[in-house]
Amino acid sequence: MSETTVIDACNTFCPGPLMELIGFMKRADIGDELELLSTDQGSASDVPAWIAKVGHEMISSEKVGEIWHIKVRKMK
Amino acid sequence: MRILVVGGGMGGTIVANNVARRMSKEIRQGKVEITMLSATDQHWYQPGLLYVAFGKMALNDICREQSSLLEPGIKFFVDPVEEFELNENRVRTKEGAVHDFDLLVIATGCEASYDEVPGLEEASETPYTRDGAVKMFKRLRDFEGGKVAVVVGVPHKCPIAPIEITFMLHEFFEKRGIRDKVQMQYTYPIARIHNIENIANWAVPEFERMQIDYETFFNIKEVDIDNSVVHSEEGTEKEYDLLVAVPPHRGMSVIEENGMGDGGWIPTDRYKLTMNGRDNVFVLGDTTNIPISKTGSTAHFESEVIGENIASIFRTGSATREYDGKVYCFIEADQDRATNACFNYIDPPEIKAPTKSMHMLKMSYNQWYWSSARGLL
Repeated sequence: MSETTVIDACNTFCPGPLMELIGFMKRADIGDELELLSTDQGSASDVPAWIAKVGHEMISSEKVGEIWHIKVRKMK
Repeated sequence: MRILVVGGGMGGTIVANNVARRMSKEIRQGKVEITMLSATDQHWYQPGLLYVAFGKMALNDICREQSSLLEPGIKFFVDPVEEFELNENRVRTKEGAVHDFDLLVIATGCEASYDEVPGLEEASETPYTRDGAVKMFKRLRDFEGGKVAVVVGVPHKCPIAPIEITFMLHEFFEKRGIRDKVQMQYTYPIARIHNIENIANWAVPEFERMQIDYETFFNIKEVDIDNSVVHSEEGTEKEYDLLVAVPPHRGMSVIEENGMGDGGWIPTDRYKLTMNGRDNVFVLGDTTNIPISKTGSTAHFESEVIGENIASIFRTGSATREYDGKVYCFIEADQDRATNACFNYIDPPEIKAPTKSMHMLKMSYNQWYWSSARGLL
């Protein structure tokens, strides 16, 4: 997997953005950066909560137009 | 035009039959040729495994000979593809055959992948495989009580299954008269008990009514078989006497071996259903990397779009339809009632109260499926 992977989970309800991120995170290498694109408002709180719980790194989170851009790094 | 369908599951079968029916005249005239390559001569109705695991169906109820489901005119070979030579528009098979194509449909699906969670396969019961479903029923039938833990791997096919399995476990033990001896614990990988918010909001009071405990943000890391404990990536753990797993899944290894997609998931345009960068390669069902449900209904609705577009490409030179993300799921609420969810890329599902009639509709669909696979429904 490349060091930065963009996961376009916009406009989907199932399995949803966080589940997509978890799937990609499993296949990523430690140190890889992932950027999740989501139109689900819940991602703005769910993703940082999961990242903190597992021990990965939140890089940034910003809303551009209707899309959340959430960057994280795999740490373990 | 040579149309090659790789994979004889639900998606590949419906596409092949759909195209064969639309283009029967051209097939008879020799202008169109449809070939299907599959790894097996059997066709399994995979959603039926849930009922096998609870003793409501038998394996022979959910299996047919693949050739019996195909329209006349479809050439069918049990000979799986080993090499995709997409630049040359051809594939090579296990038996050494070479098949050239003008349009390729890839519907190879996905499968349970236990390797990434140490101990899970040995320790757990699952309705996701044929052997697993039979084994799970025997275990449930003999279970006398204790801690039951439901764990969910990522990604997994049939996203509604974790909830359905849990409801059905509750009722199964209730009907056996041992529910008061069973402590049920449900876990889920994200912040709520199902990824669809409306389903989660509906299921929470149902869980509370059924006295089912739940823990969110629980991603399976490993199973300590000796001590009967499941550890999560989040640092928590669950003890169990009976462990029921929705295993993590991967796309078929042939996809990754051919460099066509990480994890066996092929990068696919979510509207055109073509492989990124390949206008003559369609991908559908569990094989795509589209972030929607990996479930039979997804493959079904996608296959109708692809079938229509293949015919249109032959007749007009271009595709006419786009896939709107439509998914339809029955949701078994217990062993006698069900509800349903229908959604697409734009509209979220609305969940209605479960009814017996919806359950009967699902039971009926379990029999109608074979007509669906034939492309008749």
